[in-house]
Amino acid sequence: MTGDGRAAPARLTGFAFVAPFLALYVFLLIVPLVMGIAISFHRADLFGTRRWAGLDNYARLATDPVFHQSLGNTFALTLLIVPVLTAITLALALALNRPARSAAVFRGIFFSSSVLSVTIVTLIWRFVLTPDGGLAAKLLTAFGYAPLPFLSDPALTIPAIAITTIWWCLGLPMMLFLAGLQQIPHDLYEAAALDGARGWTVFRRVTLPSLRGTLVTVVMLQTAGQLQLFGQAQLLTGGGPGGASRPVVLFIYEVAFGRWELGYATAAAQVLFVLVLALTGLQYWLVARREPVR
Amino acid sequence: MSRGADRLSVPALIGLLIGAGIMVAPLVWTLLLSLKSNAELLRDSASAFSVPYTADNYRAIFAGSLVPRWLLNSSIVALGTTAGVLVLCSLAGYGFARFEFPFRRTLFAFVVVGLAIPEQAVILPRHQLFAWLGLHNSYPGLILPGLVAPFGVLFMTQYIRAIPRELDEAAMLDGASRLKLFLTVLLPLTIPAQATLGVFTFLGAWNDYWWPLISATTSDRYTLTVGLASSQMNYAQTSGLGFLMAQAVFASVPILVVYVLFQKQIVRAMAGTAVR
Repeated sequence: MTGDGRAAPARLTGFAFVAPFLALYVFLLIVPLVMGIAISFHRADLFGTRRWAGLDNYARLATDPVFHQSLGNTFALTLLIVPVLTAITLALALALNRPARSAAVFRGIFFSSSVLSVTIVTLIWRFVLTPDGGLAAKLLTAFGYAPLPFLSDPALTIPAIAITTIWWCLGLPMMLFLAGLQQIPHDLYEAAALDGARGWTVFRRVTLPSLRGTLVTVVMLQTAGQLQLFGQAQLLTGGGPGGASRPVVLFIYEVAFGRWELGYATAAAQVLFVLVLALTGLQYWLVARREPVR
Repeated sequence: MSRGADRLSVPALIGLLIGAGIMVAPLVWTLLLSLKSNAELLRDSASAFSVPYTADNYRAIFAGSLVPRWLLNSSIVALGTTAGVLVLCSLAGYGFARFEFPFRRTLFAFVVVGLAIPEQAVILPRHQLFAWLGLHNSYPGLILPGLVAPFGVLFMTQYIRAIPRELDEAAMLDGASRLKLFLTVLLPLTIPAQATLGVFTFLGAWNDYWWPLISATTSDRYTLTVGLASSQMNYAQTSGLGFLMAQAVFASVPILVVYVLFQKQIVRAMAGTAVR
């Protein structure tokens, strides 16, 4: 298969073009996927020892309070981040969907944080949030309040991680909503104006229904993304205090690379995988059932 | 951009200004901290709001720290990943878009399935696989996982399908080989798509954290992202808050430059995720 149409059988030429990608795809995605399912049924450590364990790992997950706590934290973070992020970015897109130069500047500002890596973002926010000389503490004291221990109080760590994440992730959903707004046909607004509709009514009757596809995309992408939240928690709070802010992926990381229990960590990863698929699938189904999304 | 009221209402404008302030304030704070001597910051971090400022923390980055090395590693990994993804996805996109071969539809569906597989499902077994192959702490080890980009294949396939077939068929009559046809006729037409996919891939590879964190374990193999995480973990007040913040600023510069240069492609890539 040289890619030469005259020498190779014509029907295989096309295959030659897709083969390099497919080889890597199978080797680096499908093989690990299958391996992962297999390893989760074993008592395995990071160094290759492996013994069949059946459903033991899963049974242990079902009764492990640390895992349950991390599941609860992941749900709390997702429930806190996704609706707030969706609402803020939709509002931003509505406000910034105009040709003015100032709108372009605002769009640039709100998008800029999303090109930064998670380590830079947490580095920045750690020294905003730390009660010991952080920017938030300075502002609070300037207004006569006591500094808040954002990174060490169990009631504040999850909100602190959520705030950091929202600050970091505004860009993509805002851009998606802006792209969605651009696709709404002009006549819809003209018809609404002829009917005397204005402001809120236009938003509810025209804008929101037209944005349904985008809204579903944003919520699904964000849900899948936030269920896998990792770096912010690991770097800002280390999952503490006492696991109060440890999400599932941090649990997986600690079990695999702190306790070397590869089998157990892999089983937890499978549970998360199924959760991500189920929750995003459910969201799609709930919407598609009413009427198919474009 | 079209439509919408031409002018913003006053409450909306105030809201936007407050929001923009929240976006910018942490960045300015970081920049100011990076310009202060450690002695002053230890006394009171509010000294960041007043002179004197110094570039000492930035000098320290170049005076024997590993940060420039991490920058080099990140550049190699991000550029290598981008080049690899563009080659693989263009070839595969061409194959899927322009050829009929056994199981073409099935194989395409097989690639689409990859979109639904989160990194968590494969990262631990992949770590094991790479350990067996001795690929950890190496550039190939850091680059290879990034090359599996089902989204890129879909994107290129759709883009090439939209190019009129007459363009390549005319050239085919000259008896050019399919590879030559691809390289000389089709590839130049896909440059806008290459730019979009390229910038998207570069950003993702540059900012990736999970995989380099577990694959690169010796400090001279760290990427900037992992290196900065280790600086952050090992941070003690005596080692210098200003130096740490200077690292954050230093690490942001290349990616912010890429952002400013390729803003158009980035926006297009982001909007493109909606139509996948």
